[in-house]
Amino acid sequence: MKLTLKVWRQKSGGHKGDFETHQVVANEHMSFLEMMDVLNQTLIEQKKDPVAFEHDCREGICGSCNMVIDGRPHGPQTGTTTCQLHMRAFKDGDVIVVEPWRSTAFPVIKDLVVDRSAFDRIIQAGGYISVNTGQAQDANAIPVEKDLASAAFDAATCIGCGACVAACPNGSAMLFTSAKVAHLNMLPQGEIEASRRVQGMVKQMDEEGFGKCSNMGACEAECPKEISITNIAMMNRAYIASMLGSSTNV
Amino acid sequence: MLLESKVPVGALDEKWTKYRSTMNLVAPNNKRRIEIIVVGTGLAGASAAATLGELGYKVKCFTFHDSPRRAHSIAAQGGINAAKNYQNDGDSVYRLFYDTIKGGDYRSREANVHRLAEVSRNIIDQAVAQGVPFAREYGGLLANRSFGGVQVSRTFYARGQTGQQLLIGAYQSLSRQISLGNVTMYNRHEMLDLVKIDGKARGIIARNLLTGELERHAAHCVVLGTGGYGNVFYLSTNAMGSNVTAAWRAVNRGALMANPCYTQIHPTCIPQSGDYQSKLTLMSESLRNDGRVWVPAKQEDAAAIREGRKNALDIPEEDRDYYLERRYPAFGNLVPRDVASRAAKVACDEGLGVVKTGKAVFLDFASAIQRYGKSEAHSKGIHNPNKDAITKMGEDVVRAKYGNLFQMYEKITGEDPYKMPMKIYPAVHYTMGGLWVDYNLETNVPGLFALGEANFSDHGANRLGASALMQGLADGYFVIPYTIGQFLSGEIRTPNIDPNSPEFAKAEKATKERLEKLVKIKGNRSVEDFHRSLGKIMWEYCGMARNAEGLKKAQRMIRELREEFWKDVFVPGTQDEFNPELEKAARVADFLELGEVFALDALQREESCGGHFREEHQTPEGEALRRDAEYAYVAAWAWDGDKAEMIREDLTFENVELKTRSYK
Ligand SMILES: Cc1cc2nc3c(=O)[nH]c(=O)nc-3n(C[C@H](O)[C@H](O)[C@H](O)COP(=O)(O)OP(=O)(O)OC[C@H]3O[C@@H](n4cnc5c(N)ncnc54)[C@H](O)[C@@H]3O)c2cc1C
Ligand code: SF4
Ligand code: FES
Repeated sequence: MKLTLKVWRQKSGGHKGDFETHQVVANEHMSFLEMMDVLNQTLIEQKKDPVAFEHDCREGICGSCNMVIDGRPHGPQTGTTTCQLHMRAFKDGDVIVVEPWRSTAFPVIKDLVVDRSAFDRIIQAGGYISVNTGQAQDANAIPVEKDLASAAFDAATCIGCGACVAACPNGSAMLFTSAKVAHLNMLPQGEIEASRRVQGMVKQMDEEGFGKCSNMGACEAECPKEISITNIAMMNRAYIASMLGSSTNV
Repeated sequence: MLLESKVPVGALDEKWTKYRSTMNLVAPNNKRRIEIIVVGTGLAGASAAATLGELGYKVKCFTFHDSPRRAHSIAAQGGINAAKNYQNDGDSVYRLFYDTIKGGDYRSREANVHRLAEVSRNIIDQAVAQGVPFAREYGGLLANRSFGGVQVSRTFYARGQTGQQLLIGAYQSLSRQISLGNVTMYNRHEMLDLVKIDGKARGIIARNLLTGELERHAAHCVVLGTGGYGNVFYLSTNAMGSNVTAAWRAVNRGALMANPCYTQIHPTCIPQSGDYQSKLTLMSESLRNDGRVWVPAKQEDAAAIREGRKNALDIPEEDRDYYLERRYPAFGNLVPRDVASRAAKVACDEGLGVVKTGKAVFLDFASAIQRYGKSEAHSKGIHNPNKDAITKMGEDVVRAKYGNLFQMYEKITGEDPYKMPMKIYPAVHYTMGGLWVDYNLETNVPGLFALGEANFSDHGANRLGASALMQGLADGYFVIPYTIGQFLSGEIRTPNIDPNSPEFAKAEKATKERLEKLVKIKGNRSVEDFHRSLGKIMWEYCGMARNAEGLKKAQRMIRELREEFWKDVFVPGTQDEFNPELEKAARVADFLELGEVFALDALQREESCGGHFREEHQTPEGEALRRDAEYAYVAAWAWDGDKAEMIREDLTFENVELKTRSYK
């Protein structure tokens, strides 16, 4: 299939960016990133600068890849990362627009590569259980109801890609943050620090310049791991409870 | 050079406990001063950095990724072993030890493996305490499944995303240490050289990947948890960025590379579909708990499938060859990976392959779906359920167990594995070889330690499924925090290492010149192109079956390719900027050196063992033929950039009897 790509090019955060148009010949078995490899191979053969984009596992789990394809983070398919998207989702003659995540909290580094380190700092602000190595009791001493463990898993499956932020008109990181809060607060092991955790993480989230949540649900719709928006409601409840019920104040 | 394994004396099951209680310690006030560099934030690196931080050391941690959470460990699917014996099925530390030694085809060190089995139990406790959401039974206790090469259920899992959940656990612990100021994290920094002062590892040269700037980082010692080198084959199940550079730079500074030819070729991966392909995708071994591997018994059926005239469902039961069940009745579909991979190759070589290229076999879930469906119906009290209802319920059970893997398969191939058997073929997956380390996980360079897939220590010539996660976390959480004290207790009077010393200046200059050279070639071939060529040579001559002639040829071809690379590679841009092509070029340059030593190692090992199959050495039935009298040793290679020299560490077995591995 012959495709026309309009790709965002930006030398660095300090430079202005613009779209560049390229023709690419692809086939339907290729992944979207393999199609981008083909484009880059051609650019290199022409001694031009290839398009910088992030990727690593290429199987939907590391959270590196991040392209806005035709206006949608990770492209047209639901529950799919950019690297899992295959060209059979497109047809001959299509014009495809490829852009980086756009959000003030994720500044562009080059072309399609953005800086998502704000997510690390949110986790550092409380997205953990304080247990040193060697302090743990026998694993089966803490039974956890099967469905609860499964629900915690559903929240923990977030890959930290940032599509939720890119999808949100306000650039809010509520889905990402709430997924971690929900994962840990839900489990008996994580309950003790529940208040500290939610306060610390929400505070950091605000400091990083992410926007407010206005319940539009775009995050959930574009999340490749289908993280549920109910986590946000849960986090809000936990946040309010932490302000009312406990002496914790982070 | 004499290689000292430093295995403590005493009975096998007491070595570690006794050693641990008599090891030298570093007092808390000294720990606060002592600096440690940890390179890598996979399971091994992250767990080590977090734990060393907790102990009070000053830790600097490096990753080339944009976040520690993206390390390749995140992609591990199936599970992690531990000798908990929660299933009461006869498991024990000894059994895990024995299975691992046998699975490794008697090419690993007994004492290391026993220690691994001992601490395996603590890992699960630690992970659960961190909030890792492992699968559970209705009673709220942890669930287990089986992996290849064993007859007990000791594998803990979190759906098909066990590596992700364990890594997130370690990443969270690491994040906590970062927030407490005990660990300083350097994301997007790539180690490009090891700095030695007076023979000891004292720091690294790292490139800030965003600016291209070379930075000097000094410490009292250096710990590498930088992963495996499977990408020397270009196509593998490893993440695109996985590479050998950190380890190989260390080798260039005098560390030894042990058993580089021991590569694990995983039997169940999605077959290659075209030349543009950038990587191969694993379908977890856990699938072999329920999937049955088969090919058509008749060549004409196989041909009809390849040509699209028939599909799997057209082949009646009696015309199918469930070859693993037939050849290995005791273990059936759960034989170890090396055995399963070679059997798939044999079937395809006989013309029984089921995709156009001839290189795939079926992995079929139909029986499991029926079996689970019936059992569900029974447990729900549905009598006389119809076939559709059974199938539906069975599919739901399979979905709950392997949902994400099935989805991944469907996304890549466009086929529905609930309805049609999966098509799979072996692919490069893991490297058992790695930096030579002693019992303390210290390389032959004092003060340089290697953990996880980056070392060679525990898996011999073949790794059992779900044992890499176990080893990475054992090394990082429960071994290095103690053994590092053996070195550091001798360093408490050493002042902070000066990054302005001549050794650092020299290493930085050498790195700068190397990168400069790469950028200046401005040849005609892309880095990718060279990497693919290397991968083709490796797969052809150093893959699932090797022979002397092919290996000699590979060695020659790789050297020629390396020479061509340094003349004709094209790297755009400069070294003083964000330049992913330059990053790749420097990594491929190292793969080109490693590849040659890899072939040499495979050539000298005139036997078949585990993942290393020499065609000259096989039984009449085509099984691997080990030669214990001659080859029960570790081959550790020194490399000076041009020539390689082998140093032997003889393996002694005091507790297990060397037997021909049989899974029949
Ligand atoms: C698809 C797949 C599935 C798997 N499933 C399982 C499973 O179910 N069970 C199991 O036990 N094992 C499994 N394995 C194997 C297992 O995942 C790996 O062996 C293990 O995770 C390796 O961990 P590690 O910490 O040693 O290295 P990695 O996770 O590879 O981490 C390497 C780290 O080093 C950093 N690094 C490397 N070089 C440099 C450098 N020069 N400078 C700076 N940083 C550097 C990287 O950024 C990264 O942080 C699987 C492997 C694959 C490929
Ligand atoms: S919540 Fe979803 S979209 Fe947001 S970072 Fe996690 S996986 Fe990505
Ligand atoms: S490259 Fe890892 S999720 Fe896409």
